[in-house]
Amino acid sequence: MLNATVLDQVLWLVGCWLVVGVLGILALNKFALVARILFPIGGFIGLLLALVAGGALLHPSSIGRKLPLGLPQLLFHFRLDSLSAFFLLILAISAAGVSLFSAGYFRGGQGTAPGLLCVEFHFFLASMALVLIADDAYSFMVAWESMALTSYFLVTANHKLPKIRDAGFLYLLIAHVGAIALLLSFGILQANTGDYTFANIRLQDLSTFWASVAFLLAVFGFGAKAGIVPLHVWLPEAHPAAPSPVSALMSGVMLKMAIYGLLRVAFDLLRPHIWWWGVVLLVLGLVTALFGVVFATVQSDMKRLLAYSSIENIGLLFAAMGLGLLFRSYGMNSLAALALTACLYHVGAHAFFKSLLFLTTGSVLHATGERNLGKLGGLIRFMPWVAWLALIGALASSGLPPFSGFISEWLLLQSFLFTPGLPQPFLNMLIPVATASIALTAALAGYAMVKFFGVVFLGQPREPKLEEAHDAGLFEKIGMGWLALGCIALGLLPNLVLTFIDPVTSSLVGYGLARQAKASGWWLLTPTTFERASYGPLLFILGVIAAITFTFILVRILYHGRLRRSIPWGGGHPWGNSRMQDTAEGYGQPIRQVFEPFFHLDRHLPKPEDTAPEYSVVVSDKFWNGLYMPIVKGVQFISAQVGRLQQGRIAIYLLYSFLTLLFTLLMVPGAHR
Amino acid sequence: MSLMRVLSQGLATFLSLLLAPLFLGWVNQNRAWLQNRSGPGVLQPFRMLHKLFNKDSVMAQSASPLFRFAPYLVFACMVVATAIIPTLSTDLPLASAADAIALVGLFALARVFISLAAMDIGTAFGTLGARREMFVGFLAEPALLTILFCASLIAHSTALTTIVTNVGQRSFAIYPSLVFAGIAFIFVFLAENARVPIDNPSTHLELTMIHEALILEYSGRHLALLEWAASLKLFAYSTIGIALFLPWGISESGSPTHLIASIPVLLLKLALFGIVLALVETLFAKMRIFRVPEFLATSFLLGVIGMLTYILLGS
Repeated sequence: MLNATVLDQVLWLVGCWLVVGVLGILALNKFALVARILFPIGGFIGLLLALVAGGALLHPSSIGRKLPLGLPQLLFHFRLDSLSAFFLLILAISAAGVSLFSAGYFRGGQGTAPGLLCVEFHFFLASMALVLIADDAYSFMVAWESMALTSYFLVTANHKLPKIRDAGFLYLLIAHVGAIALLLSFGILQANTGDYTFANIRLQDLSTFWASVAFLLAVFGFGAKAGIVPLHVWLPEAHPAAPSPVSALMSGVMLKMAIYGLLRVAFDLLRPHIWWWGVVLLVLGLVTALFGVVFATVQSDMKRLLAYSSIENIGLLFAAMGLGLLFRSYGMNSLAALALTACLYHVGAHAFFKSLLFLTTGSVLHATGERNLGKLGGLIRFMPWVAWLALIGALASSGLPPFSGFISEWLLLQSFLFTPGLPQPFLNMLIPVATASIALTAALAGYAMVKFFGVVFLGQPREPKLEEAHDAGLFEKIGMGWLALGCIALGLLPNLVLTFIDPVTSSLVGYGLARQAKASGWWLLTPTTFERASYGPLLFILGVIAAITFTFILVRILYHGRLRRSIPWGGGHPWGNSRMQDTAEGYGQPIRQVFEPFFHLDRHLPKPEDTAPEYSVVVSDKFWNGLYMPIVKGVQFISAQVGRLQQGRIAIYLLYSFLTLLFTLLMVPGAHR
Repeated sequence: MSLMRVLSQGLATFLSLLLAPLFLGWVNQNRAWLQNRSGPGVLQPFRMLHKLFNKDSVMAQSASPLFRFAPYLVFACMVVATAIIPTLSTDLPLASAADAIALVGLFALARVFISLAAMDIGTAFGTLGARREMFVGFLAEPALLTILFCASLIAHSTALTTIVTNVGQRSFAIYPSLVFAGIAFIFVFLAENARVPIDNPSTHLELTMIHEALILEYSGRHLALLEWAASLKLFAYSTIGIALFLPWGISESGSPTHLIASIPVLLLKLALFGIVLALVETLFAKMRIFRVPEFLATSFLLGVIGMLTYILLGS
């Protein structure tokens, strides 16, 4: 195996994932075997895959291979280039953490046998890896669909609850509508040559019109998977339904497969680059980001909150990609590389912090059985490990220094500040608005994350049963710790990360950032020039740590360290209890008021004469009633009309057959001679 | 040479640490004069800090380590913030590690931690303060970013030192984008430092307080650190304003003689700034909390208009 090419190693490791999955079938109900042995093995394979993919990035090469699988005339083509290798690296690192967590997480009685979960989980991982190395549209679509199906089964793991089945159905439906668009897009891309290999697609010279149609179809198809507004509705339903490690993988990794696909189509497969494509992505991305984050702040279910936060991050990724495409279309490749670097950096950052956050919700769910923010609170005292790890994820997600989210946001803002160089005056005026909305999104993300962390882990427990919550087990701690380490490493060592991103931008736009970024020293990130902008997270965090240490020591030396504990002051009256804290609804209320036009609100206010007053407010998505319900009604109407044909009487069906036969005979040329 | 730069950086930081409470005292003294009171004198904040440091710290039984850690982190964030803003000279070794965006990130980090600490005890006031602080912050933070971007578009850089050098070297002229940014900055300044008309620094009325509600559970040395951090924040914002809009007189070399030479200029600007701030606080009344978004949205939009103006007019 050591002598094999990198691609062969990847294929072997993917095969190992499949084997681990199949072993799960053999041990269908042997919970201990599946959880304690198979899942850690899967995690170990993930680590190996990360090493292989990292190695492939450091020594960029593009190796292709045909496998005698698939249909006789249509072999599976695989290729590992820099873009695939980068996403494979992110997939493998996240998968390692999530698999280890799952080893401690999955228990019996979730509705699906543990062995079956093991099959679905590892097949899901393997199909994502195959999406990344597919080198023709056929194998891409096969892998893409198996990814959708395995994740559907994982989402509906607890299929005995009708709500979860509904969520799964919605997910499957939107995934397939997206897949149809992708099929059509690939159909246009191959330009009637009948050869669906990516190598052939790259050679085709499409007209502007057809290229644009293919591009828009790809945006729709990949956007449906990624959760771009208005195709985002499945995310907040599917994520709370799925077991937490699955939500972690879906949100952290699977959404990135859509980003990968769009990067592949827009930057690699399509030859012409038209400026308004970038604008489309940019505007879609900004709208999605703002929409997602505003909804995240008003959620009262912790997993829904994170799902909306994922929508926000996908929006940021689309915006970065759009900006990259815009620069590319004007031939400003170095700036395109900057925007793409921001995009890829955020892919990694979001994969780690969102997986981490979903895993912590899993631990909280296990310890308390509660997903509702209104019934949680004070968990930092009972589950300190989970709380501190969640804090790292929350800070990274808010885009705060020195964590990973900040660097990608910083790079994105830097690339926006270069846009006055664009030759289109109209675009120039769009840019300040775009920059401002990104800044607003980042600030609101902080609001949402303070709400998430503060309500779940701080304050007093809102329910008595929370006091019995236990901290996460060893496997869970290792899995979360691994991902937290990723968040910190991405935040502190940007130049190291750039060495892995560099080959990708070099292959896509022919320009890399790493050499320039390291010009002023390995600790200082200078994406363009030193005078223009620099950020040195290590020096920066060292300054903060030094200031903390000095302050602490000086206060102790000059004054004292005396501390008394007492009961908190409750405003002068003795009846203070945990119900007097802000609820999740209360915390989101200011945002609900400011952004009221965004929401569809169902308010129920008590009247003064009510003896049992009840207050409730349900925030829902306007797209649901405004866009999806009309579609549902239309489909129902059409099927009702079609239903009229089906009278259920054999005579009528015989009549249909007879009429069809007559019609066909009339159509046959020369039949009536 | 390098040691010299580190030393002068240390000197500048030390000076900010001392000047910050003094500036707060100066503002309060001016306010007292304007309100026809004799006032406690400019050294009052120091007496206050000394008293608080000597007192025992009383902490709620349910306080978590985060609650104890937060004051140190907030204080450290503000110290680092004053260290990377060019107050006396633009030759700051630490400034290359953090640009304008990182500065905003630093303020946001402090804000998030103080809000989390306020939610930690689980009393009604703490969570109320945390919610309002984040509520003000979510509009003030992007507004500050757009203001800084106006300046960085002119200077073609987000590094604060480069911005100051660039703007300071130009001949005196009115830049339309900077005018918009300047007005927006005053709004953000008032909101972020919990001044009238957003918040009243001398109130403990539960319906109106923001900053005071956040730190209500703190006492002793922890409260002292937070009070000092608040004065450092006020100082940092004032020096950002000076650096962006009145950068003349900030030395370009970091040698101690130059540093000392630029101190009187800084003091003069700060003194004037303090008088203006006291005047604003005396002339205006505090607004309802739900008027705050309108106030800050205006500032945010002015910042965006500033950037647009730069792009349209090129200045």
